Amino acid sequence: MSDVADRVRKIVVEHLGVEEDKVVEGASFIDDLGADSLDTVELVMAFEEEFGIEIPDDAAETIQTFGDATKFISEAA
Amino acid sequence: MRRVVVTGLGLVTPLADGVEKSWERILDAQSGAGPITHFDPEGFGTTYACEVPYGDGTDGTFDAAKYMAPKDQRKVDTFILFAMAAAQQAVEDAGWTPESDEDLERTGVLTGSGIGGLNSIAETAVMMKEKGPRRVSPFFVPGALINLISGQIAIKYGFKGPNHAVVTACSTGAHAIGDATQLIKAGRADVMIAGGAEATICEIGIAGFNACKALSTKRADDPKGASRPYDEDRDGFVMGEGAGMVVLEDYDHAVARGAKIYAEVLGYGLTGDAYHITAPSEDGEGGERSMRMALKDAGLEPADIDYINAHGTSTMADTIELGAVERMMGDAASKVTMSSTKSATGHLLGAAGAIEAIFSILAIRDQVAPPTINLDNPAVETAIDLAPNAKVEREINVALSNSFGFGGTNASVLFGKVS
Repeated sequence: MSDVADRVRKIVVEHLGVEEDKVVEGASFIDDLGADSLDTVELVMAFEEEFGIEIPDDAAETIQTFGDATKFISEAA
Repeated sequence: MRRVVVTGLGLVTPLADGVEKSWERILDAQSGAGPITHFDPEGFGTTYACEVPYGDGTDGTFDAAKYMAPKDQRKVDTFILFAMAAAQQAVEDAGWTPESDEDLERTGVLTGSGIGGLNSIAETAVMMKEKGPRRVSPFFVPGALINLISGQIAIKYGFKGPNHAVVTACSTGAHAIGDATQLIKAGRADVMIAGGAEATICEIGIAGFNACKALSTKRADDPKGASRPYDEDRDGFVMGEGAGMVVLEDYDHAVARGAKIYAEVLGYGLTGDAYHITAPSEDGEGGERSMRMALKDAGLEPADIDYINAHGTSTMADTIELGAVERMMGDAASKVTMSSTKSATGHLLGAAGAIEAIFSILAIRDQVAPPTINLDNPAVETAIDLAPNAKVEREINVALSNSFGFGGTNASVLFGKVS
């Protein structure tokens, strides 16, 4: 789990240009981390690439926060 | 009729990042050419180009982070990055950062590029072939579209006036400045950011222009000597990259706010050759009509022109333009100085007309014509002073900048000193 969280956090920091300590469990990509809708599409693509998984569009729409992402990826990977 | 003046300048060129450093090196007869570093050019017909000197921002090097956060740089093709840098310089130079709705709505943007995000398109196509369509970034399209220069500038500064773009190959930058001037004259805006950007020193860009037999190929051992307009030994243009942006402003508006005024846009001409997809008409009549139209627009005669910044790309077409200028100038040919700064910068395609407009404006400001470097053995005899290898200090009240593009599209912009 912590490995997944670290890797997801690294991607979020890199793509959104935010401080690492802002990327907490409940942090919303759009409301708290300054992402727009295109950023979230790209984030999901980056997760797919990093973890070698496929995240269907309907599932991607449920990934709103850092916690959502780590939970989904941990279960899928 | 409203008068339009230039109140801000911004440049990213192969000589340097910044207006003053680029100009200083142009006047010093330096060349921005060197071996290609953006990709491994082995196996390509041309292995050299005029690349923007990346660095930490010191000594005229280009530090992208000064203009765009790294996370935003990833979302745009390099041509937009160069454009944003030049636009930031121009806006800061003009001191025009309005806040009221009225001022923002009266400020517009009209820019362009010859090919836009060519490298992004090529790289994305290759990546999609390898990894499939789901890997295409949502930033691919908005990062490659030519009008996203105008869009990005407007978003950054809040400029809500006309938001427009030009795509006329190597005439783009000149058309953008000319068209933006017309919008101000027509009352559609009081201030316009105008110019062009290009970043095509990439595999498909070099291969594509090589295929057209347009690029210099014979000077791998001497890249700095490769761009040699009017010279007997010229063998094609050298690809350049970068951006030029100006702030254009209604004269009364500029005076009212106490803006520094560089020059006035006196006239604008634009014509078509209706001849060939890549070659100019053999007698250069399209270019000649473009220059004459700019003069007529300004109410001036050929003899009023002191300096011409030629299109002069270091190809066979140089002498066609020269012939057209000789015909137009007539008996006044011996009084005009004409140079090609592409000898130093290479050919920036869609940005060329913009950076050369700026060099023409600086020629008026400093009363000096920049040199045509590498002009050792002129291919033809002419009464026109081509400023071979050294700048010419002289009176310059009126300067003309020519740009001609693939498809037979010609633009001429006439600038004048404001006393």
